[in-house]
Amino acid sequence: MTKSSSSPTSSEPVVVADAPPATRLKHRHLLGIADLTPEEIVLILDTAEAMQEIAHRPIKKVPTLRGRTVVNLFFEPSTRTRTSFEVAEKRLSADTLNVAIATSSVVKGETLVDTALNLEAMSPDMIVLRHASSGACHLLSRVCRSKIINAGDGMHEHPTQALLDAFTIRRHKGRLGGLKVAILGDLLHSRVLRSNVLLLTRLGAEVWVCGPPTLVPPGIERLGVKVTSVVEDAVRDADVIMMLRIQLERMQGAFFPSLREYFNVFGMTEARVRLARPDAIIMHPGPMNRGVEIASEVADGPFSVILEQVANGVAVRMAVLYLLAGGAEDEAAA
Amino acid sequence: MKRLLKGGRVVDPANGIDGAFDVLIDGDRVARVEKNLPKPDGEVQVIDVPKGFVVVPGLVDMHVHLREPGQEHKETIATGTKSAVAGGFTAVACMPNTSPINDNAGITEFILKKAADAGLARVYPIGAVSRGSNGEFLADIAELHAAGCVAISDDGRPVATALLMRRALEYASMFDMPVIDHCEDPSLKADGVAHEGFHASALGLPGLPGAAETVMVQRDVTLAGLTKGRVHIAHMSTRGSLRAVQDGKAQGFHVTCEVAPHHFTLTDASLEKPLQFDTNCKMNPPLREQADVDAMLRGIIDGSVDAIATDHAPHHADEKAVEFDRAPFGIVGLETCVPIVFEKLVHPGHITLARAIELLSVNPARILRRPGGSLAVGAVADVTVLAPEASTTIVASRLMSKSKNTPFGGWTFRGVTAATIVGGRTVFTNPDAPGAAVFA
Repeated sequence: MTKSSSSPTSSEPVVVADAPPATRLKHRHLLGIADLTPEEIVLILDTAEAMQEIAHRPIKKVPTLRGRTVVNLFFEPSTRTRTSFEVAEKRLSADTLNVAIATSSVVKGETLVDTALNLEAMSPDMIVLRHASSGACHLLSRVCRSKIINAGDGMHEHPTQALLDAFTIRRHKGRLGGLKVAILGDLLHSRVLRSNVLLLTRLGAEVWVCGPPTLVPPGIERLGVKVTSVVEDAVRDADVIMMLRIQLERMQGAFFPSLREYFNVFGMTEARVRLARPDAIIMHPGPMNRGVEIASEVADGPFSVILEQVANGVAVRMAVLYLLAGGAEDEAAA
Repeated sequence: MKRLLKGGRVVDPANGIDGAFDVLIDGDRVARVEKNLPKPDGEVQVIDVPKGFVVVPGLVDMHVHLREPGQEHKETIATGTKSAVAGGFTAVACMPNTSPINDNAGITEFILKKAADAGLARVYPIGAVSRGSNGEFLADIAELHAAGCVAISDDGRPVATALLMRRALEYASMFDMPVIDHCEDPSLKADGVAHEGFHASALGLPGLPGAAETVMVQRDVTLAGLTKGRVHIAHMSTRGSLRAVQDGKAQGFHVTCEVAPHHFTLTDASLEKPLQFDTNCKMNPPLREQADVDAMLRGIIDGSVDAIATDHAPHHADEKAVEFDRAPFGIVGLETCVPIVFEKLVHPGHITLARAIELLSVNPARILRRPGGSLAVGAVADVTVLAPEASTTIVASRLMSKSKNTPFGGWTFRGVTAATIVGGRTVFTNPDAPGAAVFA
């Protein structure tokens, strides 16, 4: 967190739409950005602003979710997302249960549904699910009583990442509408891409996506983004440069010849960053491959907000947990 | 025992018949098809065919998976043929990807024995192209033929190499048997689970490009020209495949093809609506994009498509209640086929009922060189009675198949099977078709 940020107050209008501000979430689960209206997105971001304040208190805890149980069910390795959820849950006083299951043991026997139903027998209120299969959260939402929060499903969505990205952008730019956002890297395998595209286009940003043609999901332009394989076109005059991880572990085939060539053609270097607007910010959802998709000088440089994203993740996840638990209404009823 | 079907509309395209005729069945054969047949002497069951019903040659589904031996939790030959006759099919050809694979006479004989025990639809086994369907060595094709196999296929997988396909076509031509190919280039398929396109991209599902099918259809059509053998393209689903088949036919090659009902009815948009990630919309080939669905319809209308086959692929509910990428490919199809053909093809006026019967009976019987597909005097008395105006709402739990994996649950269709007669004997009457009980 090397760049100073001006934080707007939560009352600043962000949305272009005429719809009245949302006061609660329509759906009982958070399966993806696809299910959220622009007003609901703004509600989450505004709520996160309030939650952010808690992180600056000496006692970083509020009783909001006291007596609620949240299961963090992670079928994939995760450092950032899992710890971020756990911190968020603890700051809201929820009882948390971390279940990390290697995919291999599931292959041996129990299905995802059975695993979830067994956990449900212990009456949790919410299940935070990370899973390698796209749609895993949708599957659980059909069989579970608990509220399901998607912490990343396969190549599909990672809604809380997109929300924390939007939160971070808004803190720096004061808005999302009208910004040029360039997203670069492995577009094909990225759930971060899908959630960000849905969110940013919904809030009126101009989104460019860039990667080698082998890593561009077919038909992605129908989501309202501009597609290019020329980094300079994507980055030129951008307000935000968002790098995606080259997911080495998912590279089943030869999507590009070598990491060296990838960096030469697509790597984010200081020279390329200079094409963007002078106040551009550089983002990365992590974990980074230094020297592959991003040069260290850029990752650690003055435009980088990468660690700030991590900090903001806690506030955004607190907002999501709070709103799904019922928000102000539920608190009043309790 | 004689049975006289009086007063129905008979559609028998193999004999150029479409009109009000009576059909006399004597034992297991068609005895006479004429207007205003008098009641013959002796013991005769006279059946007054209810108004609006249509009498057609028994329907033949040339592509089903009966799962027995080895996967009896999904389907058995008894439950599969029960589902077949409930769908109006008097005969089904079953694919060899059982466990063990039907690559030897012992399995073929087992299947035929089980089918005879069930006593419902006729079952025509399809033998494997290669031993264990492993794509390496030819199976004992002469033995399979002698035991009763009507075709060879490594369905579930493509015939692995161009050389093996060439040899299979050459060798099977001795027996005038078609080689039925599940066309799909394995390297292009990779780990794909849904049609490569916008919807798979939006859902983050690994794509299965249409080109994976098309390139292999092109290969097979080329090899049909080289060998003079008979290629039959299973469950064709892409517009490129259709062009390749049309090209082969234009050159006089022995190329035929089938299309499954879901491939001219549903698009890959079904992956998102009404239910996201519905594993009952996961099959292989996958539901394709609109341009492909339109092409299948065009091929059905213009005659390029030879047959409609269901690719009936039962899977247990537990197997489908998993993550989309882990669920098996396939849906049941025997009991939804006739309603879909009426609703999507006949009633909108895309094809005539006679053309529908060509696709569902005449052509599959001809491709498999089986009796049936005709109500000629002396033909086997396999007869299906259709009720074009009766409506049905598909309820998955009420399907006769042991498995309930259909994307059409809750859909209402106009046009059903009223009764199914195999070898002169009624094996099914449909309670959804008022009046069908007279065929019992």
